[in-house]
Amino acid sequence: MRVGMSPIVKTVTRVAIGIIFLYGLYIVLHGHITPGGGFAGGIILALVYILYVLAFGKEEAEERLSKSWASALESLGALMFLAVALAGFAGGYFFLNVLPKGNPGEILSAGLIPLSNLAIMLKVGSGLFAVFLVLITFSVVIRKEEE
Amino acid sequence: MLELNLLLIFMAVGAIIAVENHNLLSSVIAVGAVGFGLCIVFLLLGAPDLAITQLVVEILALIILIRATLAKSVPETYRGRELHSYVITVVFLVAVLAASFFAFQSLPKFGYPIMSVAQTYIEEGLQRTGATNLVTSVILDFRAYDTLGEATVLFTAIVGAITVLRLKGRKKLSEEDKA
Repeated sequence: MRVGMSPIVKTVTRVAIGIIFLYGLYIVLHGHITPGGGFAGGIILALVYILYVLAFGKEEAEERLSKSWASALESLGALMFLAVALAGFAGGYFFLNVLPKGNPGEILSAGLIPLSNLAIMLKVGSGLFAVFLVLITFSVVIRKEEE
Repeated sequence: MLELNLLLIFMAVGAIIAVENHNLLSSVIAVGAVGFGLCIVFLLLGAPDLAITQLVVEILALIILIRATLAKSVPETYRGRELHSYVITVVFLVAVLAASFFAFQSLPKFGYPIMSVAQTYIEEGLQRTGATNLVTSVILDFRAYDTLGEATVLFTAIVGAITVLRLKGRKKLSEEDKA
């Protein structure tokens, strides 16, 4: 059985997917300089994988990022955000920005904020992709049971 | 303000179409129109952060909704409302609108915050956090505790969804039904 959509969609997806991925990373890494941030960028990265699922089918997408890996990455992101929060105790209190601030406008500035953005990206992106995988697996099983 | 009001009317019409339409796919598309209208409203009000987030969340939600709509046949929604339910709806709407009319009288003018905390963030945000994006400096530095709570809520929701929809438990249950 042929899996996924037509060859046109597959080719366009192959070309577009890298560009969208880079755009998501840009949104996350520049979250403290330009509009955007970990939440929006994480969802864009999740949408890259969802686009892959829609174009190529679930099995091929799960070879790139399986459900267990996605939920492990989500837990890693949550723990990383907590670690960033606890790092504030090095200077005094919870969520204190302990790293040097740097020059405003550069990528390596604003102390702990880029790290929090990365943690939120991991959490939101992989978490939403895992939920999408679970939902489509569940709907396939329900349809089979109805037949 | 004119384009803002036009967009609000467009969103209200889209919402009414989404509720009253009997075709589920058309309803989902009307909901999408409401969401993208909200995205343009955020852009016009000068909130690009919110606009980006609204746009990507809307796309994600629409994909999931369309897949869920196309995946299975959903039974017909209940039609044929009675007269008294219309009356109850109208009375409730009038009461809420009247209450909110008097409540909005006492609010400060549009764009003028009632609290002085925001003024401190605007003036000292750049020196104290080093982030040129003021929204990020508020949600990840001044108000990072709120963001931690929000992240916990999302984490719990996702873990709950994965747990409830997992396949292993379902298979065992259906085998027990057969036995």
